[in-house]
Amino acid sequence: MIDLGPHAAFIWVSYAAVAVTVAGLIVWLIADGRKQHSDLDALERQGVRRRGSVGVR
Amino acid sequence: MPHMQTLTQRLANPTRFMELSARLLPWISAASAILLAYGLYLAFIDSPADYQQGETVRIMYIHVPCAWLSMMVYGVIAVSSFGLLVFRHPLADVSAKAAAPLGAAFTFLALLTGSLWGKPMWGTYWVWDARLTSVLILFFLYLGLIALRSALEDEGAAAKLTAILALVGVTILPIIKFSVDWWNTLHQPSTDFTSTVDPSMRLPLLVMAAAFTLLFFAMHLKAMRNEILRRRVKALRTQAVAGRDRLAAHATTQGAAE
Amino acid sequence: MKSFLALLQRDVRLAIREGGAIGTALGFFLVVVSLMPLGLGPDLNLLARIAAGILWIALLLAALLSLNRIFEADYEDGTLDVLATGPLPLELVTVAKSLAHWITTGIPLAIMAPVLGILLNLDLAAYPVLVATTLLGTPAVSFLGAIGAALTMKTRRGGLLLAVIVLPLYVPTLIFGISAVAAGAGPSGFGASFLILAAISLTTIVLGPLAAAAALKVQLQ
Repeated sequence: MIDLGPHAAFIWVSYAAVAVTVAGLIVWLIADGRKQHSDLDALERQGVRRRGSVGVR
Repeated sequence: MPHMQTLTQRLANPTRFMELSARLLPWISAASAILLAYGLYLAFIDSPADYQQGETVRIMYIHVPCAWLSMMVYGVIAVSSFGLLVFRHPLADVSAKAAAPLGAAFTFLALLTGSLWGKPMWGTYWVWDARLTSVLILFFLYLGLIALRSALEDEGAAAKLTAILALVGVTILPIIKFSVDWWNTLHQPSTDFTSTVDPSMRLPLLVMAAAFTLLFFAMHLKAMRNEILRRRVKALRTQAVAGRDRLAAHATTQGAAE
Repeated sequence: MKSFLALLQRDVRLAIREGGAIGTALGFFLVVVSLMPLGLGPDLNLLARIAAGILWIALLLAALLSLNRIFEADYEDGTLDVLATGPLPLELVTVAKSLAHWITTGIPLAIMAPVLGILLNLDLAAYPVLVATTLLGTPAVSFLGAIGAALTMKTRRGGLLLAVIVLPLYVPTLIFGISAVAAGAGPSGFGASFLILAAISLTTIVLGPLAAAAALKVQLQ
């Protein structure tokens, strides 16, 4: 590994914190998207149809 | 200018937005990932250590992008809020709502990385210098936006009230920055730790900043898509309940008539 | 003009008649300032150095107490709807209410501040400066606070939410208020801080009602 000097821990923790947070956000965004899609599919199966093309208020 | 107008007009329709964002998202994500990889390479392998700070200067390559994002995203929220209140753009609230938690996250990361950057340099995990203090107050502004929105049940009112708060915040922000700088010079001699950035460090910084910006736009688009879908679900559920209520009412009146 | 003064008079009279609100704010001010030496130790030199800061912060917190009722009482009994459709534009209504808040809460707190300064061994030379700066800065507290009050009018636990929203907005007033006291007590006189404090207050008086009225219009839809 690269030698990052006596304060290497600070560097690693910083980058790790950013990486973990960004990864967490991305995972949440993808999971949330899937949930919304599955909710929409469930509603469509129940027979609730969108009124025309104005499905969003 | 007219080109930008037609772009926002084209995107105003949520369905069009969903189509366009679906096509854009993979490209923006890929570009962000590539720049991120290049930036990390530059940050760790192709740039020197600082003669004063040693290797810890490399924290700057994620701290500054996070700090930059914390301000840029507030700008996005402010522009969206303006778009809602003045132009009643249909997607303005979706944009503002989606951006707030992302902005708050990056602001928090700016504070965290700033703290970790400072500890080896000054010996403490927190310093009340002008920059960190300003970012801390910005964090409070984000929290205020998120808290206000979650406290309001009426979505329409929540949209407009958070927009007003965002515009109040963005108006006061320069004054806050000015007052914090003033306060800082009163109490401390200038200890600006990034007063000059060596040219050899500018490229990694720019690349990382660009990478983070693209990363935010990708996440923002995705979050907006999720929010649009969420609102569709809610609208359909309301429709379904209303339909069932109408049927039930019809059935009981029929039963009573017989 | 007549309706503006009538509204102002009415609100001031109501607040004074209630009495308890002003008393509570002053009492809170007293308690918080008294807690400081208990928490920090009775070293008079230390207290003298931080007195201006303690007084300003405690004043801000005490003013926050009464803010969420600027509009609430009138909203609950429907008076706000009447005011909104009345001859006075909503912006002027909020000016009148913010002004009433300043008269009935800001000014009493500002006058009480030097009294509490005794508890903190505040430098005697700073007393007139303290009164001047708190009188100059408290309008900003009322007018900015009105924005928060309008935004949080219908929310549960609106008081805490109001504090979270409004306290960051008070930072410039806080910084320049304390800086003006420090500058005023010294040899160089009031200095730029005082002027900047005045500018901030004036700006909030002009722009605050715009935001507060906009928020009220949304709430009353």
